[in-house]
Amino acid sequence: MPKYVLRRVLISIPVLVGISIVLFSVLALAPGDPFEELATNANVPPEVAQRLRAQFGLDDPLPVRYVRWLTALARGDWGFSFQSRMNVDQLILQRLPVSLFVLGSAYLLALALALPIGILSAVRPYSIFDQIATTLAFIGFSLPTFFTGLLFILVFSIWLDWLPFIYRADIDATGWRWLAEHARQAIMPVAVLGLFEGATLTRFVRTSVLEVIRLDYVNTARAKGLSEARTIGKHVVRNALIPVVTVVALQCPTIFAGAVVTEQIFRVPGIGSLLIAAILASDTPVVLAITFVYSVLVVAFNLIADVIYGWLDPRISYA
Amino acid sequence: MAGSILAFLTPERRAVVEPRVTSLASEAWRRFRRHRLALFGGVVLATLAAVLVVGPLIYRTPMNEIDFKAKLRGPTLAHPLGTDDLGQDLLARILYGGRISLAVGLVAMLIALTLGVLIGATAGYAGGFVDHLLMRITDLCLSLPQLPLLLLIIYLFRDFVRRAFGPEAGIFFLIVAVIGGLRWMRVARLVRAQFLSLREQDFVQAARGLGAPARRQIVRHILPNAFGPVIVAASLDVAAAIIAESTLSFLGLGFPPDIPTWGRILFDAKDTLDHAPHWAIFPGTAIFLTVLSINYVGDGLRDALDPRRVLPS
Repeated sequence: MPKYVLRRVLISIPVLVGISIVLFSVLALAPGDPFEELATNANVPPEVAQRLRAQFGLDDPLPVRYVRWLTALARGDWGFSFQSRMNVDQLILQRLPVSLFVLGSAYLLALALALPIGILSAVRPYSIFDQIATTLAFIGFSLPTFFTGLLFILVFSIWLDWLPFIYRADIDATGWRWLAEHARQAIMPVAVLGLFEGATLTRFVRTSVLEVIRLDYVNTARAKGLSEARTIGKHVVRNALIPVVTVVALQCPTIFAGAVVTEQIFRVPGIGSLLIAAILASDTPVVLAITFVYSVLVVAFNLIADVIYGWLDPRISYA
Repeated sequence: MAGSILAFLTPERRAVVEPRVTSLASEAWRRFRRHRLALFGGVVLATLAAVLVVGPLIYRTPMNEIDFKAKLRGPTLAHPLGTDDLGQDLLARILYGGRISLAVGLVAMLIALTLGVLIGATAGYAGGFVDHLLMRITDLCLSLPQLPLLLLIIYLFRDFVRRAFGPEAGIFFLIVAVIGGLRWMRVARLVRAQFLSLREQDFVQAARGLGAPARRQIVRHILPNAFGPVIVAASLDVAAAIIAESTLSFLGLGFPPDIPTWGRILFDAKDTLDHAPHWAIFPGTAIFLTVLSINYVGDGLRDALDPRRVLPS
């Protein structure tokens, strides 16, 4: 198993390099000088602008520029944000935990909804429960996150006045109240993201369980006298989950898109809202760095999925 | 109702009728019709498209007539869907924006489809090194974070395209190209998988044996057989592209303010939710209905075009 994990980790390195090449080409192909903002911005001392230009080596040939940019990136030298007046890596590290918290909670909510609903739907296909669940799932993933977010604000903040619609990092309270306030303001962003993702996953879980439940070995399990709960729980679900894990990983880019939107709507101080702010302020180093961080996250999630896949599916050899 | 016609026939007469000749299309249509929600989605979608195309010809209220006395009004007779913060008519703006949203969805899908079919067919037919290389590229693109990359590209290129092609056409081309260019991977994988299995089938071997050149084998024999899942993926891509464009506009980074796409209207409306909720609800519902209908149509197409799919009896 450790060997398998190690091999997966090694495979993801070329992917990251590939992504960095794509990002760099986009930047290099961009017309005009992406740092012209620096020269005209009064906030930026000329020597900082000069250093940035040198770091991105704007006057060198492309491969040289790419290698220099990549080594700087790998060393943790991510440049300087003239908008926030601090180093980009510090800025991102400051914002990342909130994003990961919202993303993680949303994924947990999505799984907590999708697994039971999807399995129950598949156990009794075309029953009333299945039809209601399928319809809700369709509605769920047809509602774009930006619209659900606005509807939630409208209903829960404006009409009912239950929940705050601005996410604040600096809550002036301590102990349980601090925790409660944090939970309260996280409900809407997490729900918006989790419901969308949950709706998508429900469909995959249902399809996947439906495919497995018809197989002969399931009948064998029943014929041996296993209870229905055991048959489904032990024999069907474990096999049905294998493709679902892949889907969860492939969904990553989509849920990140949802996360950017959600952070923007509820003003969650994460890297998604930072990305939008940086774009609106033409803060190129930050924009590039965050795009790369998202890529790393996608690759990391894929890696985790691969490892879980190996654990779930005994047919995969670790050798 | 082909089934019910057969149902009342006696077994003897039925035996005579039995070898029904059903073309692929009529069989697909029969299966599609059984998915009632898909049929309903198709009707809704057709109605929406008709309203968007014909609507502005009948409903002549200009979309950019500013009237501060009537600003942020709810639905009235003069303005059936109310007005925005400048007193501009919402219905006219939604009708205009819908055309753009649908156009973006369709053109981006066509780009994704073309790229996907080209790449998938090349990989699947050529095999070997070319296949390996193209599939690695596909995997790489699948792990790109779509929205941040979309934002990055639009951020870097929008001034350039605006200068080169004008504000509206330039942004349109840019958005469509980037959305389409980031969505071809699923189609490419599907096409490749189909090609790998179809390439070795007897009828293709026969065509090859009769001396059909590669192009004829691909275009006449393999592609038509690979099209079922591709059409399904393409229909879902339209919905995804519409959402992608709306998301960009909603973040304030899509079309410029004077081009009211649905996402852009939502972006403008989000700060006055408390006293003018209609401003956000109407365009939001329009996006939702469109995407929902397309998703249902896609689901119906999947039932219709996938012969392995088991339908409830």
